[in-house]
Amino acid sequence: MTSVFLGMPVYAPRGVGALRGDMPFPEAARVALGNDQLRRNLGHATSTIRGKRAAVVAEVPDWEELRLAGEAVKAATMARLPDLLVRLEEQVTARGGTVHWARDATEANAIVLDLIRATGAAEVVKVKSMATQEIGLNEALAEGGVTAWETDLAELIVQLGDDKPSHILVPAIHRNRTEIRDIFRRTMPGADALSDEPRELAMAARAYLREKFLTARVAMSGANFAVAETGTLAVVESEGNGRMCLTLPQTLITVMGIEKVVPTWTDLEVFLQLLPRSSTGERMNPYTSLWTGVTPGDGPQDFHLVLVDNGRTAVLSDPAGRAALHCIRCSACLNVCPVYERTGGHAYGSVYPGPIGAVLSPQLTGVADNASLPYASSLCGACFDACPVRIDIPAMLVHLRNRHVEERADRPVPSPEAVAMAAMSWVMTKPGRFRRAEKLLRIGRLLGRRDDRITALPPPMSAWTATRDLPRPPAQTFRDWWRSRPAAPVDSLVEEDDR
Amino acid sequence: MRVALFVTCLADAMFPQVGRATVELLERLGHEVVFPEAQTCCGQMHINTGYQREALRLVEHHVDSFAGFEAIVAPSGSCVGSIRHQHAGVARRAGRVALSHRAEELGARTYELSEFLVDVLGVTDVGARYPHRVTYHPTCHSLRMLRVGDRPLRLLRAVRGIDLVELPGAEECCGFGGTFALKNADTSAAMLGDKLRNVLSTGADVVSAGDSSCLMHMGGGLSRLSSDAGAVTRPVHLAEILAAT
Repeated sequence: MTSVFLGMPVYAPRGVGALRGDMPFPEAARVALGNDQLRRNLGHATSTIRGKRAAVVAEVPDWEELRLAGEAVKAATMARLPDLLVRLEEQVTARGGTVHWARDATEANAIVLDLIRATGAAEVVKVKSMATQEIGLNEALAEGGVTAWETDLAELIVQLGDDKPSHILVPAIHRNRTEIRDIFRRTMPGADALSDEPRELAMAARAYLREKFLTARVAMSGANFAVAETGTLAVVESEGNGRMCLTLPQTLITVMGIEKVVPTWTDLEVFLQLLPRSSTGERMNPYTSLWTGVTPGDGPQDFHLVLVDNGRTAVLSDPAGRAALHCIRCSACLNVCPVYERTGGHAYGSVYPGPIGAVLSPQLTGVADNASLPYASSLCGACFDACPVRIDIPAMLVHLRNRHVEERADRPVPSPEAVAMAAMSWVMTKPGRFRRAEKLLRIGRLLGRRDDRITALPPPMSAWTATRDLPRPPAQTFRDWWRSRPAAPVDSLVEEDDR
Repeated sequence: MRVALFVTCLADAMFPQVGRATVELLERLGHEVVFPEAQTCCGQMHINTGYQREALRLVEHHVDSFAGFEAIVAPSGSCVGSIRHQHAGVARRAGRVALSHRAEELGARTYELSEFLVDVLGVTDVGARYPHRVTYHPTCHSLRMLRVGDRPLRLLRAVRGIDLVELPGAEECCGFGGTFALKNADTSAAMLGDKLRNVLSTGADVVSAGDSSCLMHMGGGLSRLSSDAGAVTRPVHLAEILAAT
């Protein structure tokens, strides 16, 4: 390490990378909800993956024990993350690799660009990687005159369509095959007559990418795991493009978030069982590539590992939020989320969408920069049940909402919501006040006089009545009914001196 | 046994028939129901909207209101979920250790209605009669916070004359989510729209659930549909069906 860190951990910087959106979630969601094609694509894709996942998870008798093990390994890892990272560095270095430490996206991008420039290459091939998306590496390389080619089929669709990924595992989930055909026809030489048959589309991409694989001298990857005890990196994938990138080029540069380290191979075993079943709904993924430093005469002869913080230490510093770093990017939580299913990933603004994105992005950037995300959930809890490492996302969302409210509490003028919440709390801590408030509520009976329902209210309740009615308040509250009962037990009555 | 009713602020003010049904049901089963009148609101909305400081007063008030009662029953999965799984944490984070312990103890003797009937009283046939076509929506917090499982369905299956039909996509959220329904109204409405399509596909006269809030949401959507297209399914709380004879 070149410097010693002192002081409070910093968030991921603004102006670089893809952790912040252009508009708040409710607005972005409204745009997405208006797109019927998107709703159909997402509904179809998420329900298919949900079904596959449920089937392969159900056949594992000790699935809950595996989840507990995954949670325990991750918690133990985070508790001694600095030691494990230093151990990882020692092992990678001892086996012929070079380790670089990047405080944030800007530093990481600069390190990678310098490494590529040193090779003289103008093009690199890439394995799908969330970390490089997060730091905006492709854009930084393009600015530096280097073209990065995505070789994962879905990432290629996104790249050729000049689009943004909308899912962690299936970045082009928002596209159907007709749209993909159109993108290929537009951007691939000789693809004018392409049909929308999945096989034909895949073959076209295969031919297109084969040339890149065979000519590239530099490859970029992320890492699903890094085993500290031996300095071994792991990439898990389905298409074989990863294996190509990780073995063919002369130089390999891996960019990895610091939370991806696991202590031992025994720990890795737990995650290699949890990940494929949770992500693609497969018992085992087709390709698991593992490499350790440099092997003379076999594979890349120059290996660099870039360890990126970019806000992760800030996440680690919050005891109630740090479990977000346990995420293994399986995206099971996205596929079961009723909000994600309807809005898609772009609405979240960040490269990490869905429930995990709603807790991870605001922690990496600071809650103020992603303030709408912790509220982008009905707290239904489906994400927690699906998470292979048992991240309690609903509890974390509630925690981040509280952090957001507390941060805003310093403002000289409180928000109308804060005033309303304080008023309600004041009313509800005294039953006498609460009874009088209930009486006031009965004025609402005037509103629904005709057919016992209220169909329009002023803001903020107009957000409700835009699509939903409210019943007319009843003539008698439960409390009043109870008091009117002939046999109301005397001992449960309280005095009315609680004004 | 002697049972304290936590009616919940929403049922108290807006759906008193749910509280009345709970009282009638428990009394019919031979138990004494008391209503500690100091009770107001569990503070779930404050907690889930991020106002833990304001919620702390409500947690303390709730714990005080029910001190000394052996068993507390509420006709709401989400309020019981908050009492059992959030109250102690709110107190602990505020440095109120003693209150946190009291909240934890209270949470352990506070039951959602179907839990209380099946686990504590040991009954599934409560002697109800309800000759209607009913579909049941398992609310998220009953399902995933309290893990009530099939207890509500076991209770419903024992009701005389009921025509219980399965709800497609039953375990998916109706889109209520407390202030989520206001802050993310469009997404909430989209979730509700899909939920109601499934409800209407069952041809049920009644959609039932163990939470007045989720029923208010589904009912609000059904009411709007009925003014538009003549939907006839109406929301009825589980307690009302079980109280019917």
